[in-house]
Amino acid sequence: MSAIIELKGVHKTLGNKRVLAGLNLTVNQGETLVIIGRSGSGKSVTLKHIVGLLQPDAGNVIIEGRDTADMSYAELSELRMGFGFLFQDGALLNSLTVGENVALPLREHTRMTDDEIQRMVAEKLAFVGLELHENVMPSVLSGGMKKRVGLARAIIREPQIMLYDEPTHGLDPIMSSVVNELINNMKSKSKVTSIVVTHDMPSAFRVADRIAMLYGGVIIKTGTPQEFLEADDPIVKQFVYGEEQGPITT
Amino acid sequence: MEKERAILPLRFFAGIGDRVTTLWTGMVKPAMEETGFALSVFVNSVLSLRLAFRKRREIMYQVALCGLNGLPVAVIVAFFSGLVLSLQVGSQLLRFGQQSSIGALVAISMCREMGPVMTGNILAGLIGSKMAAEIGTMKVSEEIDALEVMSINPISFLIMPRFLAMCIVCPLLTVYANVVGVAGGFLVAKGILNVGWQAYMKEINTYLMLKDVTIGMLKALIFGMIISIVGCAQGLRAEHGAYGVGRVTMRAVVIGSVFVLVFDWFVGWFFF
Repeated sequence: MSAIIELKGVHKTLGNKRVLAGLNLTVNQGETLVIIGRSGSGKSVTLKHIVGLLQPDAGNVIIEGRDTADMSYAELSELRMGFGFLFQDGALLNSLTVGENVALPLREHTRMTDDEIQRMVAEKLAFVGLELHENVMPSVLSGGMKKRVGLARAIIREPQIMLYDEPTHGLDPIMSSVVNELINNMKSKSKVTSIVVTHDMPSAFRVADRIAMLYGGVIIKTGTPQEFLEADDPIVKQFVYGEEQGPITT
Repeated sequence: MEKERAILPLRFFAGIGDRVTTLWTGMVKPAMEETGFALSVFVNSVLSLRLAFRKRREIMYQVALCGLNGLPVAVIVAFFSGLVLSLQVGSQLLRFGQQSSIGALVAISMCREMGPVMTGNILAGLIGSKMAAEIGTMKVSEEIDALEVMSINPISFLIMPRFLAMCIVCPLLTVYANVVGVAGGFLVAKGILNVGWQAYMKEINTYLMLKDVTIGMLKALIFGMIISIVGCAQGLRAEHGAYGVGRVTMRAVVIGSVFVLVFDWFVGWFFF
């Protein structure tokens, strides 16, 4: 498999906190890579580097063979067309209805007619189980529902690379399963490359082809789910099995 | 002892260096960064005007929103300013028996100076704060990031419609403020100074030049640009949740109001 995303020696300091300290990561075309790690370990920051929302202090972020640091704003925008990004809290535009939010990428970037857009929006909302909420404002939705609308918006243009920031956080177990299944479907049907950031281990094991663990600003281990289950590294073991005692202190 | 005496001048210069460094990192550098950022928002907003037709619905919505929010306050303030202006100037004119000139003085003052400046300051408080809070909340809740990821330029999607709306609304409200201010002035002229409608209007027709109105409108246009760009640029710099949004909102009002007065001086001086 060929590498579609590469992060080489990425350093990032936000405020006074060093978040990434020489992170190296490779994501292969068509795979689902799950990044695990504690809250505040830099998982979301890593995703934001991949889509160019953050630029590294040092190191390189290479997408499809091109360094994002060398791209103009227009080139970066063009690159982002191929991405779908599910934000932690959905990041819906509160001034637009659910339907308008989902339709936004199509209205801005395609010449589709209103009817075609309407049909696509209805289809994607049905996909996430919110077909009756098209005209509702985001402010009246629960956290989980916002996330599902965010997911419908992220997939409406059928991107080739999907980035999920805590996709099952705040969802009930049934909806979590639906989202996990959706991630798997995206891979099997559309050969989508996915990066999932989570600390929900059951979800990680259900969707991952490979898992990478972020700790201390670097990736300390990558491997298959099975390798993570059998890991000897005390840090990985403690995190995977959620043990209170171990080298990771609270 | 000798050694310490030799070090003393060094300490003096080191102290100056420390203070200069503190001033640079604490005030000058952030101010320059902020100015540069606001200028880039302004330039990008102007460049995005080519998309204005596509965004016409959002622009009209912003015009209605800003106009309707600003109109009542602008009219009330302009009315009382007209009353006060007429009373204060009239009382001085009365001493020289020149009260018949009151119409021209009120109209020129309102059109050239008070109408645009008062409207600008009212909109800096009302609309500048609204824009900063709105954009700031979108920034801290990752809505701006979401737009970027969807390859939607936040400047053309969010800022340009607000910028253009304020370029329309500020001069428009200034016209209302001028008319209401002059009408307020007439009430005092009639009730206290005994100047009739015809005399009041005759003075205005004689002395109020098109140039006075045009300069006032130009000021209003510039104030509209300043208020929207300062409000939006501050909003885009919001961070750290609700605290950050509150901070940029306050800054938008303060910077917007101060810049209205600063640019009022420059435009007034230029056309003196």
